[in-house]
Amino acid sequence: MNVPMSWLKQYVDIDVDMKTFEDRMTMSGSKVEAVEETGKEITKVVSGKIIDVQPHPNADKLRIMQVDIKGERTLQIVTAATNVQCGDIVPVSLDGATLADGLKIKSGKLRGEVSEGMFCSVEELGFDEKDIEDAPHNGVYIFPADMPLGVDVKPYFGLGEQVVEYEITSNRPDCFSILGIAREAAATFNKPFKFPEIKVEEIDGDINEFASIQIENEELCPRYAARLIKNVKVGPSPKWLKDRLFSAGLRPINNIVDITNYMLLEFGQPMHAFDYDKLAGHQIIVRNAKEGEKLITLFEEEKTLDSSMLVIADAEKAVAIAGVMGGNNSKVTEETKTILFECANFSGYSIRQTSKKLGLRSDSSIKYTKGLDPNNITLALERAAQLINLTGAGEVVKGTIDVYPRKREEWTIPYDVQWINHFLGTSLSEDEMLELFKRVEFIPHKESQTVTIPTFRPDVTMMADLAEEVARLYGYDRIEPTLERGRPTRGRKKFDQLVCDAIRQFMSMYGVHGALTYTFESPKVFDKLNIAADSALRNPLVITNPLGEDFSIMRTTTLNGILSSLATNYNRRVAEAALYEIGKVYLKQEGKELPAEIKKLTIGLYGKNADFFSLKGMIEALLDHLHIETWEVERQTELDYMHPGRCANLLIDGKEAGFFGEVHPIVTKNYDIGTKVYMAEIDLEALLRGIHRDITFKALPKYPATARDIAMLVGENVLVGELEKIIKVRGGKLLEKLELFDVYQGKQIEAGYKSVAYKLTFRADDHTLTDEEIQKVMKKILSGLEMNCGAKLRDQ
Amino acid sequence: MKEKLEQIKNRALSAIEESGALEVLEELRVQYLGKKGELTGVLRNMKDLSNEERPLIGQLANTVREEIENKLVSKKENLEKAKQNQKLQEEILDITMPGKKLSYGHMHPLEQTLEEVKGIFLGLGYEIVDGREVETAYYNFDALNLGEEHPARDEQDTFYFNSNLVLRTATSPVQVHTMETQELPIRMIAPGRVYRSDEVDATHSPVFHQIEGLVIDKNITFGDLKGVLAEFAKAFFGDRAEVKFRPHYFPFTEPSAEADVSCVMCGGKGCNICKGTGWIEVLGCGMVHPKVLEMAGIDSKVYSGFAFGMGLERLTMLKYSINDLRLFYENDVRFLSQF
Repeated sequence: MNVPMSWLKQYVDIDVDMKTFEDRMTMSGSKVEAVEETGKEITKVVSGKIIDVQPHPNADKLRIMQVDIKGERTLQIVTAATNVQCGDIVPVSLDGATLADGLKIKSGKLRGEVSEGMFCSVEELGFDEKDIEDAPHNGVYIFPADMPLGVDVKPYFGLGEQVVEYEITSNRPDCFSILGIAREAAATFNKPFKFPEIKVEEIDGDINEFASIQIENEELCPRYAARLIKNVKVGPSPKWLKDRLFSAGLRPINNIVDITNYMLLEFGQPMHAFDYDKLAGHQIIVRNAKEGEKLITLFEEEKTLDSSMLVIADAEKAVAIAGVMGGNNSKVTEETKTILFECANFSGYSIRQTSKKLGLRSDSSIKYTKGLDPNNITLALERAAQLINLTGAGEVVKGTIDVYPRKREEWTIPYDVQWINHFLGTSLSEDEMLELFKRVEFIPHKESQTVTIPTFRPDVTMMADLAEEVARLYGYDRIEPTLERGRPTRGRKKFDQLVCDAIRQFMSMYGVHGALTYTFESPKVFDKLNIAADSALRNPLVITNPLGEDFSIMRTTTLNGILSSLATNYNRRVAEAALYEIGKVYLKQEGKELPAEIKKLTIGLYGKNADFFSLKGMIEALLDHLHIETWEVERQTELDYMHPGRCANLLIDGKEAGFFGEVHPIVTKNYDIGTKVYMAEIDLEALLRGIHRDITFKALPKYPATARDIAMLVGENVLVGELEKIIKVRGGKLLEKLELFDVYQGKQIEAGYKSVAYKLTFRADDHTLTDEEIQKVMKKILSGLEMNCGAKLRDQ
Repeated sequence: MKEKLEQIKNRALSAIEESGALEVLEELRVQYLGKKGELTGVLRNMKDLSNEERPLIGQLANTVREEIENKLVSKKENLEKAKQNQKLQEEILDITMPGKKLSYGHMHPLEQTLEEVKGIFLGLGYEIVDGREVETAYYNFDALNLGEEHPARDEQDTFYFNSNLVLRTATSPVQVHTMETQELPIRMIAPGRVYRSDEVDATHSPVFHQIEGLVIDKNITFGDLKGVLAEFAKAFFGDRAEVKFRPHYFPFTEPSAEADVSCVMCGGKGCNICKGTGWIEVLGCGMVHPKVLEMAGIDSKVYSGFAFGMGLERLTMLKYSINDLRLFYENDVRFLSQF
């Protein structure tokens, strides 16, 4: 909301400097966003009288003029202007002046003659010719003869105005008007609010004999009032009205439009002018549109309406979409003789729906949407009639039609001084508080401990709202900051939060960077990830109003986020990258409205240190770090986005917890990554479930350990994991550790076989192991390997 | 014999003194003190001495031995020290050469900032609560006093799955869930992702993070809200940070405020970051609206509380002077490893 200071000052006396004004308005709730000065760029342009005119000795088209600017001496100006003559008072830009378009004026010589400035047209002062009624076509502007000399011309043109931009919150529709802001300023500075004096001159007659109004839907139209204007003369507005609109950033159009715009600014009340002669039956009927009813708007756009929308109709047809836009069929033109001036109140919600459905917004629909006070209409309509008088736009017929079936009455709410003080942490007396209420025009009733709230303040309905008024008028900054004295609570992280912290710490230690990626993505991601057509992952939650296809589905796998980030790094020639993210996937749940939001740990790496076993090592170390003891891996060949021979499922306590491995080359290609990528997606819940929280200390070994190496030949397809399972089972509790130290295939090894070598460490915790004991357990292990895996011992 | 001993002593001491290597020293030890050494040789002849002489010579011989031994030890120490010094000289490194690269990862800057914020509130006795991102319209709007007809409901730019299911537009729904399920008193913060229909640019993202806060107890005042948030601001932005509370409007708090912190860049003098105002808007807050309390089943006559919300991206951008929000979601490791 932009409010010119001069306009505001008409309704409230402000005697502080601008900085103080801005600060205090902000602190009482009307936040000042910016202050702009109109015509700020124009400098050093003054009024000057031409007192002598001579021809230019060297140029036929130029003349030399002496100009009186009430300075120490007259100025000499060389001009090509043809519309000025001796005695005219004109705008003169002096040496060093700046004009509206940024042009700088300097003294100099024109064809050998000194020129100390330039005469200005209205364009050079930032206007259109048609903005200024008496502006000559293509010529220097000439002031009226009583214009004082040597003065800054900006005030004459309504420039140099301080326009304050306020941020208005949606609970204060009343502040979307100059009067509303003036009221707030009055409350802020504890000054009287001077409502405009309204007097209307009417001509004889009775509006009721000319027109009738009927409201069919009182719910959506609580009030509809109108005035009739006869002998309308559509034309330009007088200068004072134009200046007002200019100062608020609006361009004048014609007197009727200008008055409606003025009302929109000053009262915040939309008005609409109908050409009375175009209203069939001279009737106004406020009704719902018929399904499919059509209307061509003022801007000659055809709109198809539905029955939820409210229209203004005459006896035959719709003539306006209520509160949104007038119809072409009833609009005011230069030929209009009589106007029916509408001033109405409509349901903000209904206007908002209509405006949204039709894709049609207007200054009035924006105002109505905020929810206006129907009681504002009484004075607004009178003010509009007064403006008709003042502008000479027509004659106001006696009387008003005012249909107001749903009157909004003032309401009264209780106050409790102690409660308010307690709520705010203040200690105001009752009288101090009531004084604050009066400043915002609430009427206190001490005997009943209540206040009556004016109807333009729908935001105040309960005691907490009164507390807000007290707080903001007393001053938020004057309320003492305190620390709560309530019962203590425990500030601590929950188990899952601590585990996430531990994972992040671990990842940092391991050289993996934390990433965050978008949780919605494009449905094209499924193809990019080579996900099977029948995969459940292809059934995401779909956003009905996305920002575009790229952000239209909630992810069902986290792979795309990290893969895309790796691709970004790869394409920017980052040699190696390792990223992880703890983030959610969103899965539909059968029979439930809400989806499951499941947290995943996703890891992705490429570069010279990235391979399957470095990723596996990282996962093993992570599981160890988290004290997850019971886990195993199994081959995973079914995932279409992973390399079928280099992917593993992770099982924790026998249950699937995720997968890891090399990304399928088709997928890396789809992401334009020219190297191998390794990824893991692990379910956070599964990690949490696998953590054994109670760690019991184990005594450090007292007796020495004995190591034995074994090397064996097994079929090349035998998994090392199978061998280890057997070694562990057979080794029993004496086997402390087993380390794979060699896997070899090739020369000296029979085709179809591989050599596998382990170092086994044995130890007992109560005695030093004897050779016999170790022989015995080794024998058990070896026979187990032979029986189950066909292992042949090498060189022993 | 006495002279012989003196002689041996003098020769030994000067030989030791002149020796320049540990090996030579060992030879000297053997030469003089060894089983077949000179001193031992002299002592072997002790038996020929008279009973009177024997103890005297014996004593002298021991003194000589001690002196030679001491000399050997001290010389040895000197030589070792010299050898050590020489070795140290030889081992001088160019310590300006680079260290061996150890790679380590960096936590995402948003998560680092969040950790800092969490730490501050944990210290004040707040719990950390997680919340869901896909919400029903009830929790995202109605329970926060944004009824169907509320004009603010339009301004939220909400993503919908259907008329009743949305991506939460703020972390505020967590307030309601917490009030509905948790015992009083409540002190919590709820960080998380929120979604709004904003096109991606340097200062907007359709996905971003908020940190919600909520306190409910008896006797909670607006002054407490000011006090706690001023504490937070000082803890996060530094002790010199000033906080200003301005009236504002949120449907779910009354009274509501926006809090500005004195500009971290210019200290309040006015600069580009604060657009010349000296203040930076960092959070929204207010006393929990009695209607919101009542809807969540809390008696607003007995309990009161305050709530606040702040943008994690904004805090982080201020903290590190980051000028483009998109960097947070690109995950370029050259960006991530700066924090």
